[in-house]
Amino acid sequence: MIEASYNFAYLDEQTKRMIRRAILKAIAIPGYQVPFASREMPMPYGWGTGGVQVTASILGPDDTLKVIDQGSDDTTNAISIRKFFAKTAGVATTTSTPAASVIQTRHRIPETTLHEGQVLVYQVPIPEPLRFLEPRETETRRMHALAEYGLMHVKLYEDIAKFGHIATSYAYPVKVAGRYVMDPSPTPKFDNPKMNDCAALQLFGAGREKRIYAIPPYTQVVSLDFEDHPFTRYRQNAPCALCGAEDSYLDEIVTDDRGGRMFVCSDTDYCEGRRAQGHTGTESAPMEAADA
Amino acid sequence: MYVAVKGGERAIDNAHRLLADTRRGDRAVPELTLDQISEQLALGVDRVMSEGSLYDRELAALAIKQARGDLIEAIFLVRAFRATLPRFGASEPVDTGAMAIQRRISSTFKDIPGGQILGPTFDYTHRLLDPQLAGSCDPAEPASAEASDAPTPRVTDILRQDGLIEDSPVAADDAPVGDLTREPLNFPADRDLRLQNLARADEGFLLALGYSTQRGYGRNHPFAGEIRFGEVDVYFEAEDAGFAVPLGSIALTECQMVNQFKGSATEAPRFTRGYGLAFGQSERKAMSMALVDRALRASELGEDVKAPAQDEEFVMSHSDNVQATGFVEHLKLPHYVDFQSELGLLRKLRADFEQAAPQMQEAAE
Repeated sequence: MIEASYNFAYLDEQTKRMIRRAILKAIAIPGYQVPFASREMPMPYGWGTGGVQVTASILGPDDTLKVIDQGSDDTTNAISIRKFFAKTAGVATTTSTPAASVIQTRHRIPETTLHEGQVLVYQVPIPEPLRFLEPRETETRRMHALAEYGLMHVKLYEDIAKFGHIATSYAYPVKVAGRYVMDPSPTPKFDNPKMNDCAALQLFGAGREKRIYAIPPYTQVVSLDFEDHPFTRYRQNAPCALCGAEDSYLDEIVTDDRGGRMFVCSDTDYCEGRRAQGHTGTESAPMEAADA
Repeated sequence: MYVAVKGGERAIDNAHRLLADTRRGDRAVPELTLDQISEQLALGVDRVMSEGSLYDRELAALAIKQARGDLIEAIFLVRAFRATLPRFGASEPVDTGAMAIQRRISSTFKDIPGGQILGPTFDYTHRLLDPQLAGSCDPAEPASAEASDAPTPRVTDILRQDGLIEDSPVAADDAPVGDLTREPLNFPADRDLRLQNLARADEGFLLALGYSTQRGYGRNHPFAGEIRFGEVDVYFEAEDAGFAVPLGSIALTECQMVNQFKGSATEAPRFTRGYGLAFGQSERKAMSMALVDRALRASELGEDVKAPAQDEEFVMSHSDNVQATGFVEHLKLPHYVDFQSELGLLRKLRADFEQAAPQMQEAAE
């Protein structure tokens, strides 16, 4: 039997080179989906194999890695991926957003503003923003090539005609550097403005669909809208029950079976940081006692 | 109160411990050995090798044991291991015409040069549960005879001599070997990549698609020209040696479908081909693959593309069970954040509706 021994950060160097080439091309053409020969990873498709391959290819021994899922460092899949790299690459890991050099994420962008030199790696299920309007790859590639995005605008217009506003709450399409319409991955549209003019490099990996795309630092990212129906962020109308934040995206926690609800920061690092600074919310007292 | 997302780490560790324990089952029952799986669940091993794209009985048996008999999970384990292996190059094309045959049948000719050989097959068994197998059993020695050295040319080669069937396309010697595990797939894909995709494809998916062509969704009138199973030698052209060196032999099942095809003003009518190939004895897979391969050649052969089995993008994008099971099962992962956005949107839409309702009522009246 062959003893399993794996390279630094799991992938072999040949594969990493191939992925790095795709990443470089993606950075050179912001928002363009670069096909790459995605590998089977030891976690299932849909669990973040694209993000994991991108992270594996850019990680160096001196990096500090943070992994979040739903904004939290403590969700099971984030733990599993963080452990995977701690084991296969032996890199330092952190839950602190400013302390991380590479942050892999599923479904959120951290609340803390990212800084230069950081890389945010998104896990992407369906990289094609036009996919649900046109199922065929041959068609959507042609539409991107011709920058023919009328179909998307018609969809958004139909939303307005039907509902009075654009009824897309997450994976809200953006236009990158004035050229490619891009899927931001299923982040809530609350996070879209953070992508614009961001100091960090943003990389997107879709493993099953075999696509990598990128937003270089300080690139213009515009959420699609109309002059008379501008893009609006959505946020629950409540402060965080633990840290009182009025500016963070919130998770709704069902507290009982009688309609009891509580809203708390989805970004656990942000919330903990605020509590450490002494911010409180309506439910924070017992929490602080538990933390101490 | 706020415990919903804490404690994940311990939960995972404990779940893994429990899984390992459940996998082992009752400790009073002897543990399965890899030899037992490889010898007695051989067709499962064959399937895992085929769809896992790795010819290694021992690793496939290990994967089946580790996956508790879940073959798709076992295929996934093998694929994940395979993805880490270095790639030296491509072997010479195997010559299935020179196969050391264990089974060979044709449904198009009663007798063929080299003869029909039933071999180990369920085909003509009565499917009656055999209570004897519940205990240990010691079956009779198989009948044997001297191995024949008569050549066993492929049935499709015999048909080709008379020009009754289209030629098999032959690749130029220096043509690169496509590999969709190393190069991203683009549509339209060439037939080599289609066949690679089908060889890795889920047996059940191909079975259903192949079946659909027989029931009229892209019908192409198939005959099982030949199905053969046996061992073939694998050669590798080593640059240093300057000649092809034998690497060993592998067991393969090959299916050549013979399909109808109307001629045109410029071409005499002749049969067309569908091709299936799988590791080990995997007849259902090889036959289904051949049906779907032929269906996917519809546009090449000037047929209307109307049925799912003829739709290259549809078939190739959904045939891989590791991809499919991953994406279906990822719905188990948390989606709190997206769901929260949807809740917010839904509440807003409902509020808008409530507000508009009286006016709508008036408008209707």
